[in-house]
Amino acid sequence: MGSTIIRTDGIFKEFSDVYVLKNISVEIKKGEIFGIIGENGAGKSTFTKVLNGIFTPTKGKIFFEEKPVKIRDTIIAKNLSIATIPQEVNLINTLKVYENILLGNELTGRFFLLNKREMTQEVKDLFKSLETEIDPQEKISNLSIAQKRMVEIAKAISQNPKVLIMDEPTESLTFHEINILFSLMKRLKERGVTIIYISHKLKEIKDICDRVMILRDGDFISLNKITEIDENEMARRMVGRELNTIFPPKVVPKEETVLRAEGLIVDGLLHNISFGLKRGEILGFAGLIGSGRTELAEAIIGIRKINQGKIFIKERECRINSPEDAVRHKIGYLSEDRQGIGILRNFNVKNNITLTSLPQYCNSLGLIDVKREIKKVHFYGDTFEIKAHSIYTKLEFLSGGNQQKVSLAKILDPEPKILILDELTKGIDVGTKRDIYKFIHNLAISGLSCILISSELEEIIGMSNRVIVMHNGRITGVLEGDKINEEEIMFYATGLKG
Amino acid sequence: MKKLNYERYGSLFILILLFIISSIASPYFLQLQNILNILRQVSYTGIIALGMTFVIIGGGIDLSVGSMTALVGGIIILVLNHFGGGIGAIIISILFGLLLGIIGGTINGLLITKGRIAPFIVTLGTMAIFRSLTLYIISAGEFRSKSEIFPSIGMGSFLFIPIPIWIFIGLAIVFHIILNNTRYGRYICAIGSNEKVAQYAAINVDRVRVISYIIVGISVAISSFLLSSRLNSISSSNAGLNFELDAISAVVIGGTSMAGGSGYISGAVFGAILLGIINNMLNMLGVSPYLQGTVKGLLIIGAVLLQRGKR
Repeated sequence: MGSTIIRTDGIFKEFSDVYVLKNISVEIKKGEIFGIIGENGAGKSTFTKVLNGIFTPTKGKIFFEEKPVKIRDTIIAKNLSIATIPQEVNLINTLKVYENILLGNELTGRFFLLNKREMTQEVKDLFKSLETEIDPQEKISNLSIAQKRMVEIAKAISQNPKVLIMDEPTESLTFHEINILFSLMKRLKERGVTIIYISHKLKEIKDICDRVMILRDGDFISLNKITEIDENEMARRMVGRELNTIFPPKVVPKEETVLRAEGLIVDGLLHNISFGLKRGEILGFAGLIGSGRTELAEAIIGIRKINQGKIFIKERECRINSPEDAVRHKIGYLSEDRQGIGILRNFNVKNNITLTSLPQYCNSLGLIDVKREIKKVHFYGDTFEIKAHSIYTKLEFLSGGNQQKVSLAKILDPEPKILILDELTKGIDVGTKRDIYKFIHNLAISGLSCILISSELEEIIGMSNRVIVMHNGRITGVLEGDKINEEEIMFYATGLKG
Repeated sequence: MKKLNYERYGSLFILILLFIISSIASPYFLQLQNILNILRQVSYTGIIALGMTFVIIGGGIDLSVGSMTALVGGIIILVLNHFGGGIGAIIISILFGLLLGIIGGTINGLLITKGRIAPFIVTLGTMAIFRSLTLYIISAGEFRSKSEIFPSIGMGSFLFIPIPIWIFIGLAIVFHIILNNTRYGRYICAIGSNEKVAQYAAINVDRVRVISYIIVGISVAISSFLLSSRLNSISSSNAGLNFELDAISAVVIGGTSMAGGSGYISGAVFGAILLGIINNMLNMLGVSPYLQGTVKGLLIIGAVLLQRGKR
């Protein structure tokens, strides 16, 4: 370790008036493993995307080997020998393993024909160094997620990078594969390769990194040698902020249990999930990306097949095989994927809000009572203060916050008794958040029960009567009372406890 | 409305424009008999286009409608002859025809939804099957009706307007109401717009899809009944030939997006009439029949370009 390979000087990154990176100045040294940690939305991925050319910084300078550079696109990054293993697997399913790894770096023989034998051999050697047994001739679509990840890693390494960015590379890897990856990282480090390593798993950071940078809400919090900081301190610094007063007071739920899950198993995703939800309760579900919270919600509403276990509604066992069944059992689900699942962009406000509840507005011939529909939509428009030109405005012309209000109205219109809210306030400004929290609070008082899935700990803590923490498809902790705090949740979510 | 909706009214504008040009170009065009002729001619594919609108809004396509027209029409005549060709026989044959249309649509719909095969492939297959069955039943010949009163429906008029036109207009009104004022219409738009959203909104996506193919099957049955009645026969090799192209063209010219999600029954009506007027004018002006396809093709592409460009 010695000379600096990358130096950033006052990097800012702005997305539509929101700064996701604020004044980041760091020096990354040659041959070190540089960890970056922070909560979801802290700016970790954005920071690395500024370095690999996916984003250009709004302000600030980047120096590569002490020379100022402008990394305007990924090709410039590639020429600087900066390689990235992305957070999501990004391979072409219809091509073979070796074709994917050497995509854009094909070996050609005579007459510009591809030298397939040599290409296969090269990839075989590469896998050998990775101690991985994947057939270079296999099609990507036949591989497991973990194998795909290894291919992605091999692809990045095949480019002989000077800097290797890894964004959550151990996600969905088994313990064995993680060990191989770590020993490989150490070997690369000995060869002088610099590794920028993002992870939610604090223990991994502690094990493998030389230094760790902590970001929070786009701000630089600290940069320490790994020997100077322990995991507890990391967790504290990641979340350390005061709770705002945007949350309404909590109400004590009734004793009656309205929803109970018993030993739910979804193969490979959920392991033995049991919990109960009381009438009027707001039950928070905390956990990191990939902890299985959304999958649990999807299992409850009948999108995912439950392999084992039972669901009881008001202590009566019931089978929910489709969202239709879920609505019939008075369960409403607000998806985290607003654009993909929550709203119809080319439908207007009215038709979006009444989409699920439409049967209520129809006579036996299926004719819609539009007057009643309009009246109801105006009611939601007033309660949620939905800002739209009219109820006939298409959703694509609404802001994200207003779209979210529409999707909330949409799931409330069938008058559910149980709400599953997945990332309720994703991408929503503070003012709107407060409105929505207050509304949810009022619903809880009226006897509605809520499962609140959120990556914003602040929200989980401020709203929930109890908090269930998940890690790798398992419930690792159930927190109540003053146990509901950010550090405690982080311990269970990162797998340090539980 | 401050901004004109070209998607919706584009076909009407072109229709009016074409109407004006045609009446200047040929003095015969505006004669009532000619107009009624055009309307009657377009009503057969027009009726199919009405049903096709639902399928296309739902993000699908049905290529089998032409062959299905021949098969259903042929069997209608067989049934008619079997029961003696009287009024009772006509009623039985139309019911039989509707049943066949529903079955044909259900087969297409189930293969697409439960079989998870692309609509294009499924209906390409059934298109070949339906045509082949038609040819086989009558050994590539003609289904001839023995009934003497049967042609009076397809040839007949009510209040001076040919019966097929009445049915075309009546069906257009019913389908317009289904699309715009019923739950079903809202659901098929939702599915065409984003299937996943529809699924999460507790809509039975498969059922709604299958019904759209049944709707087009019913349209085909009505159309083939009128067609066989008009001709009092069905040619196994020629009946319904290229109906799928005319029906799809009418829908697309009418502003319904091939990507699904929204569409207009009125547009399909305008589109069908537009195609009819063009045929009529090209004939009157003595344009080579070989070139008529070129004009039609240009019109389809032009109409879609216009709608896209003004958006």
